[in-house]
Amino acid sequence: MKRMTKAFFAFLMAFLPMLAMAQIDGEFVKPRTGKFLLQNATVVTITKGTLNNASVLIENGKILQVGSNISADGAEVFDCSGMFIYPGMIDSGTRLGLVEVSSVPETNDYSEVGNVSPNMQALTAVNPNSEAIPVTRVSGVTTTLTVPSGGLFPGTAALINLVGYTPDQMYAGFKAVVMNFPSSARRGRFDRRSDDDIKKDNEKALKEANELWDKAVSYNSLKSAGATLEYYPEMDQLAKVISGELPMMIEVNAAGDIQNALKWIEGKDAKFIFSGVAEGWRVADEIAKAGIPVLAGPVQELPTRDSDRYDAAYSNPGKMAKAGVKVAIRTNEEENVRNLPFHAAYAAAYGMGKEEAWKAVTINPAEIFGLADSYGSIEAGKVANLIVSTDDPFETKAQIMHVFINGFRIPLSNRHIRLYQEFLDRSPGLKAN
Amino acid sequence: MKKLTYFLAALLGLSITYASAQTKKGSVLIKNATVLTVTKGTLENSDVLVQDGIIKQVGQNISAPNGVETIDATGKYLMPGIIDAHSHVALDVVNEATSPIVAEVRMRDMVNPFEVGLYRALAGGVTISHAMHGSANVVGGQNVTLKHRWGSEDPADIIMQDAPRTIKFALGENPTRVHGRGRGIQPRTRMGVEAVLRNGFNEALQYKKAWEDYNAASSQKGNTKTAPEYDERLQTLVDILDGKIIIHCHSYRADEIYMLINVARDFGITKLVFQHTNEGFKVAPEIAEYTMGASVFADWWAYKMEVYYSTAFNAAILTKNGAITSINSDSAELIRHLYHEAAKTQRYGGMTDEEALSMITMNPAKQLGIADKVGSIEVGKQADLVIFEGHPLSVYAVPQKTFVDGVKYFDIEKDADDQRLRVSATEMVEPIFLTEEDHRCMQDVELNFSDISKTLFNTNY
Repeated sequence: MKRMTKAFFAFLMAFLPMLAMAQIDGEFVKPRTGKFLLQNATVVTITKGTLNNASVLIENGKILQVGSNISADGAEVFDCSGMFIYPGMIDSGTRLGLVEVSSVPETNDYSEVGNVSPNMQALTAVNPNSEAIPVTRVSGVTTTLTVPSGGLFPGTAALINLVGYTPDQMYAGFKAVVMNFPSSARRGRFDRRSDDDIKKDNEKALKEANELWDKAVSYNSLKSAGATLEYYPEMDQLAKVISGELPMMIEVNAAGDIQNALKWIEGKDAKFIFSGVAEGWRVADEIAKAGIPVLAGPVQELPTRDSDRYDAAYSNPGKMAKAGVKVAIRTNEEENVRNLPFHAAYAAAYGMGKEEAWKAVTINPAEIFGLADSYGSIEAGKVANLIVSTDDPFETKAQIMHVFINGFRIPLSNRHIRLYQEFLDRSPGLKAN
Repeated sequence: MKKLTYFLAALLGLSITYASAQTKKGSVLIKNATVLTVTKGTLENSDVLVQDGIIKQVGQNISAPNGVETIDATGKYLMPGIIDAHSHVALDVVNEATSPIVAEVRMRDMVNPFEVGLYRALAGGVTISHAMHGSANVVGGQNVTLKHRWGSEDPADIIMQDAPRTIKFALGENPTRVHGRGRGIQPRTRMGVEAVLRNGFNEALQYKKAWEDYNAASSQKGNTKTAPEYDERLQTLVDILDGKIIIHCHSYRADEIYMLINVARDFGITKLVFQHTNEGFKVAPEIAEYTMGASVFADWWAYKMEVYYSTAFNAAILTKNGAITSINSDSAELIRHLYHEAAKTQRYGGMTDEEALSMITMNPAKQLGIADKVGSIEVGKQADLVIFEGHPLSVYAVPQKTFVDGVKYFDIEKDADDQRLRVSATEMVEPIFLTEEDHRCMQDVELNFSDISKTLFNTNY
């Protein structure tokens, strides 16, 4: 029996892309909305336990009902017997949509000229038709934070759902002003600045950050007092952090820098989130004590120091979670965001545990982004971002059978699958036949 | 001249014997494991006996000979040491970018046994890596196959001395950027790349003939002919034509892959492996018929123009078409989880466990010409082995112990935090690196116009 199942799944995996997307000449399958009932699955809700033989009803982009004995009542029914339903995964830090081909500068839109450009909107540059988007979402990643980089205040990050024809249709309701905290780490082996130079660069950058912060505080108090202010878009955006309209996402990685960042935010009345946090495990207790949530990753990454244990990056999210830090996981990728489940799985295997790792790609980011009432779990009333899988979707061999984003049923096709369909059995083959 | 050659050859032979005699060989009995032999199926609850670095017995109820340590692997998986057919680990320098053909340079002169990346690869179950020259030239330098005998300070100890010679070739964007656009010399296009290859091989044929003529004449009485000037670069090309060296060619697009297949066929070259090969799936039948296959990434794409039209189903398509296919890392990070990379062929194309595992063991062994020595768990083979907690193709698998020649070099239970063999005396504060330069195909290539050199550094594979 076990062998039968194995053989069946092997068959399924080999031919699934073919079956799922068998197309009539000229036909194109679009994402479509409607009333859908996903029946008889194991539903892993994340927040309300795991339900066996349960169903999920979707309508108008929302999860209408979760439980057993839900009547179809005109809904299109998907039999999900033997399968699992999970919430769609959220990647808490990517450049998805901002990069098409990394080595071609004309297709890179994440790093604007200048050191202080918090008003640069990542959402503006998101290309809804990037080839990488359909490639990503069939892996079960339905929502990504897309983040600008470079300079002290590179811009404003935005959370997007991976469906839609305009950035506004994709926008999922969270933005944050990004700050690159002055870093004592090196950008790579080519970074040959002396330790002294790095220290000086940092002091200078921190001085600038302090001056800008003070300015933003004054700008905000003038603005809230109703003063007429000169056009100053950079300051206008920074002031939104002071006023509490937007949180500030601080990219910080080396342990010493994390400590400095914790000191820097002390007494500042604003909402802060840390991102990267590669050496968070070294100072996990301090981060936990300060109550700062982190968007950690990449997980499948090298240790930051030659002297570190080989699994330092794998075990970092688990160590921080154990210390009491609220952890979300990110890939910090563009075309490889589809590997988010594997980054989370590595965190799980190296100390975090599966349950906590699942939270780190679902409910934790939803909470950190202030969207826990609409994202991050399978509950009635939430946005219908769901995936149906043959197996635990973190497992490498798992096949994602259905993806729903914003209630749209997503076609399980992309360029990778289309090339597979065309070239698996090429004709003509070796010889013209 | 000839005498000197003999003398040098003898010296080389001696040094090889000396080097291989120096490396450690271990004996161990691993009991009650699920043994993934790769070539002979899966053996439940089985034992593997290793003596003096060689697998002596595979079966059940094997008892340990006197003095041989027994390791209980109940509930664990045992697989052959993972082989990475594309890496730049433990190399001090990667590119000699000065000419479109630099066949004479050898990576074995650049081996750095102190690189902690070797230990990290062992922690990911990798026992052998193919440390390659970079991709700046159409014909690059000669690669070196390493055995990860971590702890030795002698470069010779980590070189797999009984592996055949291999050489790096490169097609497409990298050599045309460095030479054509960087220096204004051929090749600037994929046409030029073909010309460099054909010109090089024809020159090598003339060189070979000159030596043959000289050797024939020198055996005649009263001969006054002087020897042709020795040229290591051309001699290496002759060795390729004579089948003494396996070509490992950096390639992406189907057109350039097809071109090299045609060049190889015209010159009678059969020892040819394609590296990266992102568009290999488009010419899979040709690769299967005429070459030793392709060594590919599991899922990398879109980092440069020539990999924009890629598919993660590449390995599956190549395999189904009969091409020998391996999954490689080309990365200090990826090398640590090649078992996971291989498992991606199950998500993308439904490969069986055995097909997937072959891609990081037997298949790279074939492509490196060492399949008679390593790549599977079989009696008589070198005892490069890994014990896993969890099936190695599961995303939750964690390597536990890694053996090379029966000697344990990684043990998760005894893993000390700091594994560095040497700490720089001048280094006051240990540097922290956020983005490791883990792709080094274009390292050491310096160009004097900045926008392109930026791209080189950012995207160098």
